[in-house]
Amino acid sequence: MLILENVCKTYSTGFPALNNISLRVEKGEFVFIVGQSGAGKSTLIKLLLKELEPTSGHIFINGKNLGRAKRRELPIIRRDMGVVFQDFRLLEDRNIYDNIAFAQKVVEAPARRIRSEVLSMLSMVGLLEKYKYFPSQLSGGEQQRAAIARALINKPEILLADEPTGNLDNANSWEIMKLLDEANKRGTTVVVVTHNMDLVRAMKKRVITIDHGEIVSDEKWGDYGYED
Amino acid sequence: MKISSLGYCIKQGFKNIYRNRLFSLASVATMSACIFLFGIFYSVVTNVSYMVEEAEKNTCLTVFFDVGVTDARIESIGKTIQQMDNVILIEFTSAEEAWEKYKVKYFGDRMDLAEGFEDDNPLADSASYTVYLDSADALSTVASSVENIDGVRTVRRSEITANSLSDVSGLVSMVSITMIVVLFLVALFLIGNTVSVGISIRKEEIAIMKLLGARNAFVRAPFIVEGIVIGFVGAMLPMIVIYYLYENVVYYIISRFTFLSNILAFLPIKTIFSTLLPVAAILGVGIGFLGSYMTLRKHLKV
Repeated sequence: MLILENVCKTYSTGFPALNNISLRVEKGEFVFIVGQSGAGKSTLIKLLLKELEPTSGHIFINGKNLGRAKRRELPIIRRDMGVVFQDFRLLEDRNIYDNIAFAQKVVEAPARRIRSEVLSMLSMVGLLEKYKYFPSQLSGGEQQRAAIARALINKPEILLADEPTGNLDNANSWEIMKLLDEANKRGTTVVVVTHNMDLVRAMKKRVITIDHGEIVSDEKWGDYGYED
Repeated sequence: MKISSLGYCIKQGFKNIYRNRLFSLASVATMSACIFLFGIFYSVVTNVSYMVEEAEKNTCLTVFFDVGVTDARIESIGKTIQQMDNVILIEFTSAEEAWEKYKVKYFGDRMDLAEGFEDDNPLADSASYTVYLDSADALSTVASSVENIDGVRTVRRSEITANSLSDVSGLVSMVSITMIVVLFLVALFLIGNTVSVGISIRKEEIAIMKLLGARNAFVRAPFIVEGIVIGFVGAMLPMIVIYYLYENVVYYIISRFTFLSNILAFLPIKTIFSTLLPVAAILGVGIGFLGSYMTLRKHLKV
């Protein structure tokens, strides 16, 4: 599903973000990636999305070597990966319905499918009644739920969440985690980068700890991998 | 790309223009200025060429012979001229025919006044060849050659009009081509600039589109639409102006400069537009497309 082989990433400034990372995430897994700020967690997500190129090593997504993927193949590979950000990254000039429909429009889904699937997804994340609201009219938790709906609408096999609860209070963080867990139970492989110690401990999922660009622990039913 | 996606991209292209309306307006104005000048120059050059063509139809030399030259010699001179390059036709006018024409032209109703010359043709030595050429440019060369033929007294030319028009046409063409090229480069730059502003406004949207798996063509299409629409609108607006302007200017020139009516032969607007309109549309759309495409290649790595 998701394999990293001896992946290194050094930025042009000379900063080594990741050092010889090897990692395998199987289909249907739920994985937390934890580590201190600057440990290389977000770099890892960017490498998986091919927003960055590794300095060395190989990354495979569903058996496809990202390094060898042609530019025209990249959109197809990305359609198998939903992504959720800490700052939601919803489009402020359109309402929640249009934000989610946007994800289907850009992959050129048939128009007749868009409406029913968007409404169903809005219902799933509990925002059906607020479909006409603009992002600025929603709370942080609601915005993140909309972002998750957008990430899941195209039924990706992998969901990458980069600090999805970073801007949320405890109650909203739990709501988000519940949604991610539900997506995982429906078969989506979920990779969550987080700092939230309580969530990681409570969820009892696999935890990979990165420190100074290296994997220092990989626990199948892990605890939070380091002390803040 | 699917039809529904095409509709979406076209809609987004128009939205880009609206969001970015000041820059779009500047680009349309520049494109309009270019196409307007192009239209004006095209109309002038086409009309001047037409006038040259008309003048060249009457481009001719009149060849007079030495006093006392024999008919046989005149015939021989005719054959020599006929064989020269650029000569398409020669017509012989005898002294008698010349006098007849003269009488009709200058005595008109008072033919009785010419009766005194009945037995003494005043144009006895005015037999001539009228030599028609295929180009005004060849007049001087042919005239020099004819002047050197033994038995030829003088050669009269009618090249002034055609040659002058030819020179004007060449000058107008050169100036217009230079100006049009410069203006089109400015238009290209401005459309590119408008599109790059559009890209920077939609930077976040584009980044999300890419992460969601949008194809390159899908990301680029709205900007291409934007460039094409700006180019097309910028090309068509001056066409409307030129359409009305042309007829008025032609009417003004014809009515004001009646003494030049034998030189000034204008083409009808429909003839001008049958070429100008499609050329302007192609130029507008082409420059709009090119401006967008070049900017996208530079600023939008998808």
